[in-house]
Amino acid sequence: MRMTVTEVEYVARLARLELTPAEKELFAGQMGAILGYVEKLKELDTDGIMPTFHAVPMENSFREDVAFSSIGLEKALANAPDRAGSFFAVPKVIE
Amino acid sequence: MSIFDMTIHELHAALKGKHISSLEATSAMLARIEAVEPHVGSFIMVTAEQALAAAKEADLLIAQGKCDLLTGIPLALKDIFLTEGIRTTCGSRILHNFIPPYNATSWAKLRDQGAVLLGKLNQDEFAMGSSNESSAYGTTRNPWDTTYIPGGSSGGSAAAVAARQALATLGTDTGGSIRQPASHCGCVGLKPTYGRVSRYGVIAYASSLDQVGPLTRDVADCAAMLGGIAGHDPKDSTSVDTPVPDYYATLSQGVKGLRIGLPKEYFIDGLDPDVQKTMDAAIDTYRRLGAEFVDISLPHTDYAVATYYLIATAEASSNLARYDGVRFGHRAEAGGLLEMYTKSRSEGFGSEVKRRIMLGTYALSSGYYDAYYVKAQKVRTLIMNDFSAAFANVDVMLTPVAPTPAFKIGEKIDDPLQMYLSDIFTIPVNLAGTCAMSIPAGFSAVGLPIGLQLIGKPFDEETILRAGFAFEQATAWHTRKATI
Repeated sequence: MRMTVTEVEYVARLARLELTPAEKELFAGQMGAILGYVEKLKELDTDGIMPTFHAVPMENSFREDVAFSSIGLEKALANAPDRAGSFFAVPKVIE
Repeated sequence: MSIFDMTIHELHAALKGKHISSLEATSAMLARIEAVEPHVGSFIMVTAEQALAAAKEADLLIAQGKCDLLTGIPLALKDIFLTEGIRTTCGSRILHNFIPPYNATSWAKLRDQGAVLLGKLNQDEFAMGSSNESSAYGTTRNPWDTTYIPGGSSGGSAAAVAARQALATLGTDTGGSIRQPASHCGCVGLKPTYGRVSRYGVIAYASSLDQVGPLTRDVADCAAMLGGIAGHDPKDSTSVDTPVPDYYATLSQGVKGLRIGLPKEYFIDGLDPDVQKTMDAAIDTYRRLGAEFVDISLPHTDYAVATYYLIATAEASSNLARYDGVRFGHRAEAGGLLEMYTKSRSEGFGSEVKRRIMLGTYALSSGYYDAYYVKAQKVRTLIMNDFSAAFANVDVMLTPVAPTPAFKIGEKIDDPLQMYLSDIFTIPVNLAGTCAMSIPAGFSAVGLPIGLQLIGKPFDEETILRAGFAFEQATAWHTRKATI
């Protein structure tokens, strides 16, 4: 099994990744091999089986509705590549 | 005995008896790190100054009579744990400049007990890998033979313990990332039950599978470390609010009458002969100690790797969407917002991470969601059912950790599927959400360590620790040291 380069490009766009032509070729082969391998799950009849999202069954986990302090503005912005006052700054959104 | 050869319980006794100070112990560890690090490459960053300061603080605590098991003990962390004010990269270029504003709960708990942080350990990028070769900060080498991989993704965590650069370390295990490197480096590594340890402040790979655990020289140290990090955390809603037992107290209760299951799917033809021999010898040891063996079956084992690589990559594609260059991490030069996202991610992520994001994105994409992602979650149910059915008849299971000892650096790097298949015996435990531990059980003909895996019932870490301790008392594998 092989993925086409067009399929690789489509998935890369969804994942916000830009691949080099060499990467596209490589991933087409490798992802094809992996997807070929996972085909084996089709051997199993899973009709009527509930999917597992989580290993430990849990209900919503609530805490008391009590305010507590957070890390604060300066700490939260300390890693920002760019900031404008108390905001994260980004390049223009509409091109 | 050199300080760096000590276990936690040995150093604890020496600290408590005031024979050694934490400052002396920490200095000895830093010297050891400096001496062997050029050969091993376990660390991404050594935090010498902070370590010495923390050691002095620990000595003050000890002088005041507060000497808990982990007070003053020099440890190191996989670089996936957030450490306030100390750069945390997760082995990725995209986080090359990230200074966390808070601590991971597991580290905060150790630090509150007076533990000393020696540094941040190398790992596969975003914990995606089985060999430590996907790190953006160089490949860690196996201390037993530096031409071999240490295993992954917590490869630095295992190599640092084996090379005696830290008394113990923390790692994370999503598909075997604590147990497989522990096996390959000859140390003890435990993956607790999902929910036993808080994941708060641990950089997420696959959130329904990730779990934090210790890597140590012996089982007693493993019990000490697990006791130090386990428990409910209000900041992680998936951490479970069940009492943490005193793991130390029940260690020496022995295995007489313990029912050990041998899942037939784990003892396949094609198992490496050295691994097979090691398992046979371990079974003999447990028989001598009075354990009973039961043949069991986990019929869906063969589907676990396929299930894992759909669920884990799907969760990863979602978790790693946060690396977009907006709030932290690498930001590429770009004219517009969309271009900035795409460029930042493409420059920041390595090949294996891109491949897994792509796979996960594909599995979740319109038209394939049911066929891949939902199907895998249904098979996960079948795998979990296998474990609950088998555990109705046995107390623990004994299996190999990996089908072979460590492989050579470079051997599988070009064939991701072969790399994935090396996790075949560890992945099912993550899917089932239960606990398992690797302990040293022998060596291959060329002198590489081989571990055995003890799998326990959910939240029954006590029994695998007890079984591991009994094995350790009856054998001397854990006392062998890598000559580095």
